[in-house]
Amino acid sequence: MKYVAAVGLEVHVQLKTRSKMFCACPVEFGAEPNTHTCPVCLGLPGALPVMNHEALRMTVLTGLMLGCDIAPICKFDRKNYFYPDMPKNYQISQYDMPLCTNGSVSLHDLAYPKDAQKNIVTPDKEVHLVRIHLEEDVAKSFHFENSTGIDFNRAGTPLMEIVTQPEINSPEEAFAFLTSLKQILIYGGVSDAEMEKGQLRCDCNISVRPEKQAGLGVKIEIKNMNSISGVRRALAYEIQRQISALETGEKLEQETRGWDDAAGETFLMRTKEFAHDYRYFPDPDLVPVTTEVLLADVRSRVPELPKAKRARFVQQYQVSAYDAGVLANDLVLARYFEAAAKGAKKPKNVANWILNDLQNALSGAGKTISDCPIPPEALDELVNLIDSGKISGKQGKEVFAEMFATGKRAAAIVKEKGIKQLSDLSAIEALCDEVISANPKAAADFKAGNVAPLNFLKGQVMKLSKGKANPQLAGEILERKLKS
Amino acid sequence: MTAKDLPALGIAELQSLLRQREVSPRELLEALRDRIEIVDREVGAYLSLDFEAADKEAEKANVDLPLGGVPIAIKDIISVAGQPCTCASKILRGYRAPYNATVIGKLRAAGAIPFGKTNLDEFAMGSSTENSGIKLTRNPWELSCVPGGSSGGSAAAVASDTAFGALGTDTGGSIRQPAALTGIVGLKPTYGRVSRFGLVAFASSLDQIGPLTKTVRDAALIMNAIAGHDPQDSTSLDEPVPDYAVALDHDLRGVKLGLPKEYMVEGIDPQVKTAIDAAVKHLNSLGAEIVDVSLPHTEYATAVYYILATAEASANLARFDGVRYGYRTENPKDLLDHYGRTREEGFGPEVKRRIILGTYVLSSGYYDAYYLRAQKVRELIRQDFSKVFEKADALISPTSPVPAFKFGERTADPLQMYLTDIFTCSANLAGICGISVQCGFAEIDEKRLPIGLQLLGKPLDEARILQIAHAFEQSTEWHKACAPIAATLRNA
Repeated sequence: MKYVAAVGLEVHVQLKTRSKMFCACPVEFGAEPNTHTCPVCLGLPGALPVMNHEALRMTVLTGLMLGCDIAPICKFDRKNYFYPDMPKNYQISQYDMPLCTNGSVSLHDLAYPKDAQKNIVTPDKEVHLVRIHLEEDVAKSFHFENSTGIDFNRAGTPLMEIVTQPEINSPEEAFAFLTSLKQILIYGGVSDAEMEKGQLRCDCNISVRPEKQAGLGVKIEIKNMNSISGVRRALAYEIQRQISALETGEKLEQETRGWDDAAGETFLMRTKEFAHDYRYFPDPDLVPVTTEVLLADVRSRVPELPKAKRARFVQQYQVSAYDAGVLANDLVLARYFEAAAKGAKKPKNVANWILNDLQNALSGAGKTISDCPIPPEALDELVNLIDSGKISGKQGKEVFAEMFATGKRAAAIVKEKGIKQLSDLSAIEALCDEVISANPKAAADFKAGNVAPLNFLKGQVMKLSKGKANPQLAGEILERKLKS
Repeated sequence: MTAKDLPALGIAELQSLLRQREVSPRELLEALRDRIEIVDREVGAYLSLDFEAADKEAEKANVDLPLGGVPIAIKDIISVAGQPCTCASKILRGYRAPYNATVIGKLRAAGAIPFGKTNLDEFAMGSSTENSGIKLTRNPWELSCVPGGSSGGSAAAVASDTAFGALGTDTGGSIRQPAALTGIVGLKPTYGRVSRFGLVAFASSLDQIGPLTKTVRDAALIMNAIAGHDPQDSTSLDEPVPDYAVALDHDLRGVKLGLPKEYMVEGIDPQVKTAIDAAVKHLNSLGAEIVDVSLPHTEYATAVYYILATAEASANLARFDGVRYGYRTENPKDLLDHYGRTREEGFGPEVKRRIILGTYVLSSGYYDAYYLRAQKVRELIRQDFSKVFEKADALISPTSPVPAFKFGERTADPLQMYLTDIFTCSANLAGICGISVQCGFAEIDEKRLPIGLQLLGKPLDEARILQIAHAFEQSTEWHKACAPIAATLRNA
């Protein structure tokens, strides 16, 4: 029998606000434990929350970027349950009036894992969202041998929960969804969405059913995934586990599972019997606010999104659709490209340099585009030197290596090292004559109809010129001379 | 004026003595400390005192400030940095507030000196202060009677001359009712008029901080200091604050006072009814016009109040779990056992009863029938008031249906206790302001027990009810009477 998997994701995104959701404590990852706390985020008796309006705007911005409907009123509710990482034993969240509803994320080819990009089942698939709501993050527990420590620095960080429809049908689509979503969040400047810092966390709801069955199968949740590739592997494991179970006639029960990344397995955490009654009710400490007043401001903050950027790159800079995709995948890279391509005669060549030499050099040096030693305008200068024939491509690579290592500008390096391309026709002709007469056998072979020796002869010209001859001109002249 | 005469004074009287340098803030504190030593052994109004810190503040006090050098007692549910904040609960044992409530900052900015924390029903849940998890507070008029509650400590302190004025909190009548039962003045401001930041929440949508004082003028003076917008409390109102003391002197001609027919019901003690009838006649004689009005949803107020207040309380009190501060059980088996036993051992019976009730009304399957329906009725109650305030400038009623009662008299039946709030809790549901001022005595077993008159005002119309209360007070002699325990020392 064939089975289909339906996966819905609940993605938690920490917003990049300066201060916490309901107090003025700074949001900072990696600070000394319990140094960014106050009576409010510690839930001390008598402390009261005050809404962070920037968090509100960022959530609305996310909603606008994802095509959501924005609720006219922002209202907060209390979600009641006891846990030591939650100082008030209730979480301020949104229950029946999430800030955003509907909307979708489209899955671009390049958002899929590299090994899966050739076999995309539904190209340009749209994954629809149920809702996006805003809440406060809980503290972080650290389990020691005989005790547990709690770091409240994270408590009260603004957290967006994005819930999808169960429309994701494979681990690869889940991977592509998270990658696409992450890209958009970074584009909007609402989160750095770094999973290893816990800025993006994900719970997956998975159900498997025979292909012909209408309606969803039994929902099983995997909690607290902390990497996109982990989500892919966990889903692959869990979907297969559920199919195997169904095939052996086992009845699946609604349950919550965890993911053991090292073992590559999911494990049972709790069954439905322990389901909470959260007793949501409107938080009387927070007065609902209308969103209309901030909508205009937020609308002006909606950036060009990856999809539009890709299309524009193809149109404006004549780069290939693939290159546009790779460039737009990373906002910093896209910005670098645009800064470098701005003044370029052939922006496509700039793209090539970025995507090949620069990317290789960066990964070789363990750097990212954010700490690239070559500023974009300097790369543009280099590409222009090559495109205008002042230096050869090969020389360009030498100059590039020097630029990358020292941060010097191309013109300075060229001047310093006396690098220039020999494009003087008579000088190259003289070199060609010298090479032909020194290599009569190769010349004869070529004349007899064997093409291969031409490259050898060209190499000799380059050697003789100490690499300075324009290789294209040298080739042309040699050919003309030998054919005449 | 000798040191032993000082405790009998009100704030307004103190101010002139302080400003004329006839007495220093330190002498004032000294006199108060001596009086507390004598009287509070019997009354039991205070949970903690810090005269050392208060003395330091007194030394630097600027008596020209509105409340410069005036010691003020604080209900022990309002955070004062460095001081315990027990909420009269075992569960907050050992906790000291690391920060100041906004009202404390405002009092200090006005020159006042917080020096002690007063007893209350645990987490302000109760009407007699009998639910204190720490000690008993007695009514200064009759030590076998309760002082009312939940701000019973603050009321008893003011009534026994061990405080010149105090802050209390009112969620369903907890300032006005003890003020009535101890013969002093108690004002519950409009919801949002005074910041709740630093007030340990019982029912967030109902709680308000307000003054308990010997005179209406003193209440106005404290209001001048504590009222106003606070960016740290989202529910506080950003509206200008009038000078309540300056606005006091105003005659009552043309003022329309509404008499809600639903408030003159059976169950009111006949002596209370007589006193209120007389007070109404007196107000009429001062020029006020008396109009009959109706608040048709009054009968639901107590039920609505106990659903909404307990629902909010069930979440507000969830944080008391022994994880970060306060009482913690010993050797729990696991996390659940830790929570269960900490809260079982830390909370008293009334608090537990309300947490369970509140948890129940919010539970899946019951939410619509209780919480949601109660919210709808709350809206109807609010509308009742806005309608009658089209016809009347303020409303009159008894503050409490009964004068102070004996210890234990109402504890066996929580419903009996809850009914002492029937005239007060509607004001909290509607978010309006209210004041209690003494209007007579009941004679019970040859003992005199004060009776309180309640005036309810429109939202943000504190100035008006203060004016009416002031006119009533200044034209009657009730406020001049003092509790026997204080009287013996006044005349000693």
